[in-house]
Amino acid sequence: MTDIVSTAARPGRPATSEMVRRLPEFLMIWVPLLLSAAHLISFSIWTIWISFTPSTLVPVTGWVGLRNYNSVLASRNWQIAFDNLLLFGTAFVLLSLTTGLLLAILLDQRIRGENVLRTIFLYPLAVSFVVTGTVWSWLLNPGIGIEKLAHDLGWTSFHFDWLVNRDMAIWTIVIAAIWQSSGFAMALFLAGLRSVDSDIIKAAQIDGAGPVRTYWRVILPTLWPITVTVIVVQLQFAISAFDLVRALTNGGPGIATQLPALVVYDLMFQRSQLGRGAAAAVLMLLILLAVLLPYAAWRYVRQRRAAHA
Amino acid sequence: MRDRSFAPSRALIYLVVTLFAAAYLAPLVVVVLNSLRTNEEIAQSSMIGWPQHWAFGNYAMAWSGFCVAETCAGIRPYMLNSALITIPATIFSTLLGAVAGYAVSLWRFRGDTWIYGIVTLGLFLPQQMRLLPWTIVLRDIGLINTLSGLVLIHTIQGLSFTVLFCRNYYVAIPHELIRAARIDGAGFFRIFWRIILPLSAPILIVTVIWQFTHIWNEFLYGVTFTTGQQQPVTAALIALSTPVADIPKQGVQSAAVIIAALPTLLIYLFGGRYFVRGLTAGAVK
Repeated sequence: MTDIVSTAARPGRPATSEMVRRLPEFLMIWVPLLLSAAHLISFSIWTIWISFTPSTLVPVTGWVGLRNYNSVLASRNWQIAFDNLLLFGTAFVLLSLTTGLLLAILLDQRIRGENVLRTIFLYPLAVSFVVTGTVWSWLLNPGIGIEKLAHDLGWTSFHFDWLVNRDMAIWTIVIAAIWQSSGFAMALFLAGLRSVDSDIIKAAQIDGAGPVRTYWRVILPTLWPITVTVIVVQLQFAISAFDLVRALTNGGPGIATQLPALVVYDLMFQRSQLGRGAAAAVLMLLILLAVLLPYAAWRYVRQRRAAHA
Repeated sequence: MRDRSFAPSRALIYLVVTLFAAAYLAPLVVVVLNSLRTNEEIAQSSMIGWPQHWAFGNYAMAWSGFCVAETCAGIRPYMLNSALITIPATIFSTLLGAVAGYAVSLWRFRGDTWIYGIVTLGLFLPQQMRLLPWTIVLRDIGLINTLSGLVLIHTIQGLSFTVLFCRNYYVAIPHELIRAARIDGAGFFRIFWRIILPLSAPILIVTVIWQFTHIWNEFLYGVTFTTGQQQPVTAALIALSTPVADIPKQGVQSAAVIIAALPTLLIYLFGGRYFVRGLTAGAVK
């Protein structure tokens, strides 16, 4: 491709005035890009560096090796947060994937009102997690929400107290998260279903395959690249989930719904343990990389294969 | 699949989608109804119910009356804060992203692939990795606890998305168009202004909607870098939901939630197509 610098010097004009003339465009291109790239790299290194220092209230220099990591990993808070993340991540991704796929398949049946339905399934994505969390904290609160309604209607034995139940509270976050973002899975799956080659479907039908069999054997297998993308995006959300939990349970009851992002915030800004907070942030990054690096490798291999084919 | 042989089960399909639609709409309906019920009425029954007395006053109270922490000016100042953060940050990040995306895709220069690759890493780097550095930087440049500080953060962070969106859109523009204009003596900005920008409406709408929605709904930075009267509306909603002496206020709170969610909901309703396009573009990366 043409290079901006090599075309800059045109014959018959002094190069310096050319440079001055082109200064605005260099600034417009480079300043934002450099700021963005520089902040990503330097902030990452900075946080990693703080995680190896004995910083508490303010960042200080010094080297404590892995001490911050060991103390975070040994803390009850982090262990609960990590277990919760495994449960929340798995349950949320699987359920929102199946909900999204089911909705996409149903919407793909040439049904009336598809546009209205799609709008309904997707609108939660437009509201903030704070709003979602607040609203679900009302609905799921046994004192004022669904349980209270059932009691008022005369069903006095009805129990739905997950929000205040230590063992079940994490599931309230799963419910709210599915409500908020299964529409995303639906949108991607629907786009995938719409792009399936109709000749393949016709061929399957000529071979005598019924609709269920056609879906199972012919259509769904074409969706797996989309499935991988949906899983990765949803996992990325699960790993860094903060707003939703803050608004819905605030990590409670007790620390029953603690998640890594809340631990980071707690250490950094409530307990003034900057070193440990930074270590927890780096651990979050490592969890994320455990998801993203295999995904990147998979995409790379696929692209190479596509290029060779 | 697109076949009428499914006909006997069509009733079932409609039944299932209707049930799902009801479940997705229920929280919104509940909050809208609550925003029209008095606090006492909600306290006596539950959050789920039909208004006995229409309490339109909840909205006036939520907008400019009730107390968040120690100030009693309603949600209005925080809505204004959110607008003053979101609108400039959306405009800056979109414009800078469009120029950079254009430069990276059509103009090409030394190091463009590298810098583009690094910038798009910003899509994945968790906010938690940037919290401490931003705190220190904002304090050093005197922008901690200011709206300008949040505009700066959202502009720089937003670039990862806006550059990606615009670059992916502009690579589809034929290079011959640019080459011909350059032979005619047009420079970087003239080509952008005369050729690229007129072609950009769809991607600029997608980008603006995406940025606006994300910045308006953002919470972590808002709550970390601002306090009290400088907070965006998402942070104010959390402050509002902290119970004060057990006084029931869910009616007013519901109205506040509706007001806070309204800007992005309206944008979604009127620009749904572009909203979804941004969603899928952001996912495929």
